[in-house]
Amino acid sequence: MSSRQEISIRWHGRGGQGAVTAAQVVATCAIMKGLYAQAFPEFGPERRGAPVKAYTRLSTRPIRHREPILNPDYLVILDSSLLELPATLDGARDDTILVVNSPEPPEVVKTRRFGKVVYIDATDVAMKTIGRPIVNTAILGALLKVLDLITLDDILKSLEKFFSGKLLEVNRKAVVEAYNLAKVI
Amino acid sequence: MPRLALTSNYATAYAVKMCDVDVIPVYPITPQTTIAEKLSEFVANGELNAEIIHVESEHSALSACVGASAAGARVFTATCSQGLMLAYELLPIMSGLRLPVVMAVPCRALSAPISIHGDYIDLMVARDAGWIILISSCAQEVFDNVIQAFRIAEHRDVLLPVMVAYDGFLMSHTIEPVEVPDDENIVREFVPKKREWLYLDVDRPVTMGPLAGPDWYYEIRFQQVPAMRNAYKIVKEVAEEFYKKFGRKYDTIELYRAEDAEYLMIGYGAVWGFIEEAVDRLREKGVSIGGMRIRLLRPLPVDDIASALRGRKGFIVIDKALITGMPVGPVFSDITTALKIANVDVPGISAVHGVGQRTMYIRDFVELAEKGIEMFKSGKIPRESIYLGLRA
Repeated sequence: MSSRQEISIRWHGRGGQGAVTAAQVVATCAIMKGLYAQAFPEFGPERRGAPVKAYTRLSTRPIRHREPILNPDYLVILDSSLLELPATLDGARDDTILVVNSPEPPEVVKTRRFGKVVYIDATDVAMKTIGRPIVNTAILGALLKVLDLITLDDILKSLEKFFSGKLLEVNRKAVVEAYNLAKVI
Repeated sequence: MPRLALTSNYATAYAVKMCDVDVIPVYPITPQTTIAEKLSEFVANGELNAEIIHVESEHSALSACVGASAAGARVFTATCSQGLMLAYELLPIMSGLRLPVVMAVPCRALSAPISIHGDYIDLMVARDAGWIILISSCAQEVFDNVIQAFRIAEHRDVLLPVMVAYDGFLMSHTIEPVEVPDDENIVREFVPKKREWLYLDVDRPVTMGPLAGPDWYYEIRFQQVPAMRNAYKIVKEVAEEFYKKFGRKYDTIELYRAEDAEYLMIGYGAVWGFIEEAVDRLREKGVSIGGMRIRLLRPLPVDDIASALRGRKGFIVIDKALITGMPVGPVFSDITTALKIANVDVPGISAVHGVGQRTMYIRDFVELAEKGIEMFKSGKIPRESIYLGLRA
């Protein structure tokens, strides 16, 4: 377990990719584990394809406030084209860990520093496992490579709260597949 | 007690299920809709034996609440914003008929311009319709307040409807840990169905809501005055009993690091967490400040507010609602009135933040406190609200 009291994750995706659900899965998982957590979307009208932001906080202590996450420990990008919007990287620190849906290391690593960078072709994983480009569970697998406090098994268990039957099975598969394929640099 | 990961809306739905509500008339409105969705799911799954009435408007939803409650059913509904405004006509009817309906209000801004986002203007506009109003500050409290609300509403010395309010989106859609009893009988024992209000019964005929002329209207209406006085007492009693059974403590107001504080920052709803964090940061800098939140807005706990503020050097109220025509925020007005009634003289500053869900940062509260304390010290206290987060 990290010595830090609190972990913050900021999610950037597009409407329909499941960024909000991913944020909730991680928080739910932490809460089921007995930790404290909070997850909320940056609320706006729901439109497919529009940029979506969501936040997750994990903590060993109760979380009282609901401030948006300005300087995330983890920045998770579900659609790499969002890296072209300057706002996506707002507040990222030199030690922020970047997790991105991309088959190659993202361009941005050439121009600025991150703590670590994890990349995965989550769209490909989602198409092969779920059959649709809903990349949230695949990107979770990549995040788990570098996330403290929560393990792969924890996430696989908490997916039960969000999916059932066939959907649960394929989403679990997406997480595991992405976990195995994700590259950390 | 198992911990679930719930939004405040889902916490509401779980509490309603556990209270074994009979009738739920609802009409969807953002950000309330997920309450109705979850309750529909509970009913469809057979987890809750209740009648969900899908109506064509909020006015109809609350009208159906009147009918169902008048028939003796335990009734719940939820709405906010434009829905609450459309249904407003029913609010004083329900308090006047003394129907113990419980309504969740995930508070949202009012049009125009159209906003689906959270602030408390809808609740503040509906403050004086004769309902008891509890404002919650986290999802756990939402769950706990809904349960307590049925006990308070249905108490024979009260018999008034209750609103359980909280921040739209910032709470209604935020997942947090909530302790939920695994055996719902524990909750049902806490809120037994006693049906002590007058309901329509062929064996005991009554007339409800007839015309009252100037010879009787005043006396009938006045009965709500002692009922509200009683409500204050019952809110405290129920909180005490709740604490004994569930181990979580509530009161009409809550204080944070206030014992020796020269100044208090006051808020309600989700703002409370920001105040607590800001107080910690200010205390680290050696500032003598504490926090206070209003949990019971109606009946206003005049004496509790006054005794919490007596002897302080100043207070700052953050209202998450923009009211025009009054130079200060709505809860600031309430608090200054309470102080005047109790003959407590403490200077206060009104601030407004989070309007239409304008983003709030902890640093805003820290800066406000520092600026406010300077004002108290110099005696230059503004005669109008300080508007935080507003672009010039």
